[in-house]
Amino acid sequence: MLIAALRKEMLLQWRTRAQLMAVFVFGAAALLLFSFAVGPVAEMLRQFSAGFLWLGLLLSSTLTLAESYHAEMENHALEGLLLLPANPRALYYGKAIANWIQLTILGMALVPVMVILYDAGTTRIVALFFVVALGAAGLSAPGTLYAAMTAQVRSRQTLLPLLLFPLIVPALLASVKATSLIVLGDPMGQLKSWISLLVAFDAIYWSLCGLLFDRVVEE
Amino acid sequence: MTESVMTSTQTEKRNPWNAIAIALLFVAIYFGLIVTVADQYMNADLSFGLPLAVRTLTAVLGGLLGAVIFLLGDRLEGSTSTITLLLVVAVVFLIIGTYFGLYVAPPEQFMGEVQRIMYVHVPTAWNALLAMTFAFACAIFFLFNGDWKWDALMEGSIEVGVVLAFLLCCQGAIWAKPTWGVWWDWDPRLTTTAVLLFAFLGILALRKFVDDPVRRGVWSSVATIIAYVDVPIVYFSVRWWNSLHQLQSNPNTVSKPFWIPLRANAFGILLLMTAFILLRARVASLRLKNELAPPPALLESELGEVV
Repeated sequence: MLIAALRKEMLLQWRTRAQLMAVFVFGAAALLLFSFAVGPVAEMLRQFSAGFLWLGLLLSSTLTLAESYHAEMENHALEGLLLLPANPRALYYGKAIANWIQLTILGMALVPVMVILYDAGTTRIVALFFVVALGAAGLSAPGTLYAAMTAQVRSRQTLLPLLLFPLIVPALLASVKATSLIVLGDPMGQLKSWISLLVAFDAIYWSLCGLLFDRVVEE
Repeated sequence: MTESVMTSTQTEKRNPWNAIAIALLFVAIYFGLIVTVADQYMNADLSFGLPLAVRTLTAVLGGLLGAVIFLLGDRLEGSTSTITLLLVVAVVFLIIGTYFGLYVAPPEQFMGEVQRIMYVHVPTAWNALLAMTFAFACAIFFLFNGDWKWDALMEGSIEVGVVLAFLLCCQGAIWAKPTWGVWWDWDPRLTTTAVLLFAFLGILALRKFVDDPVRRGVWSSVATIIAYVDVPIVYFSVRWWNSLHQLQSNPNTVSKPFWIPLRANAFGILLLMTAFILLRARVASLRLKNELAPPPALLESELGEVV
């Protein structure tokens, strides 16, 4: 059931891949703009690179998450899906995993932009991508749930970030800290504790949001 | 669900729980405040020989239980008199607390007069957290029970909680400027309060944007549960990130003249908050009644006229 839901989401995303490309351009443009806030001081830009990367990804994520229910809102497709003899939880996890994959790809694509613009290169590329994947998981679990609500409401563009941003503060903090430790070096060995905080956040919200999702979509 | 709203609109009935709540609040105020005042200013021992820990526990539990019984009572649309009573007692306590805080209590040794802001700051913090916790409990009850009373109470407590959290941030900034030299500091409690404020403001916005009452209730309950679960995670993550705030005080680290304004204000704000939540929940439940009522054209009498 979950596989079928995931397959449907991935197929949808593949067919609208131009959208992912556009969101990537948006994120890259945001990274470019952030550097104007600091000025052309290479050392400072390097210092803040992790924060800029995650803010860029966060802003882009509101676009992809808000769009992720676009197909379900047309012609009452969501009601049709709920009429199927399938658990709504499978629908949620399918969508959340698809969003997670999309955000991870987006984050990994933004990393080279960060490296070039802010001179923030690192050789620990596997660890960096691991943190990107964990942070993206933290964004997508509550994001998918909130998008299910806000997609059905007027002025959804405002409401989703309003609900999501305060919530993901711990995930954002831990992701920025972990990324920054990877890029700038980790003399105190703190990386592990930030990654465990991220894992804990992910575990709590992936289970809690799955539990609450069927209440959100039921009529 | 519609019927439960309809029946609760019936005329006021005397509720024995009101008396119990008032008795509990009186016990709490007696042990929390009057005993200390008598001990400090009249050299009288009114404590019936109870040790300090028992008195404090009685005061805290009695105050909370009294407020919760008030809030849980099924009288959202009746008894203006109880709310008025709560408001009057609250104002009296706040006057006592302000007087003791500004004129009686000595200035603090290190921070001087600025420290007096603690007498409103700390009670506001306690009560803001209490209002949010009550909203969380209402959200859980609404999801499992479906009674509209919880929806109305949740709306009231979220709104009052948001106001208290906003006041808390303002008071914190005013206190931080002369003592730490900055308006804002990224310490765990301050940051958690700000995050909580924005999270609950978002929920209020969600409630404004959703017109269907069923969806509004369920969605805001879900959002409240998710936001409330976030609080400890935010707290610990920010604590790892940075820390400067002074440690929590307990009755042993605060000397007696400081307690009286602190406790008087704590009870004052608790009663004020209870009254405001009740008033606000009444507005919400009246609006719900309006929303859930069948459209006038479908009422039988009018149907007859149309046909």
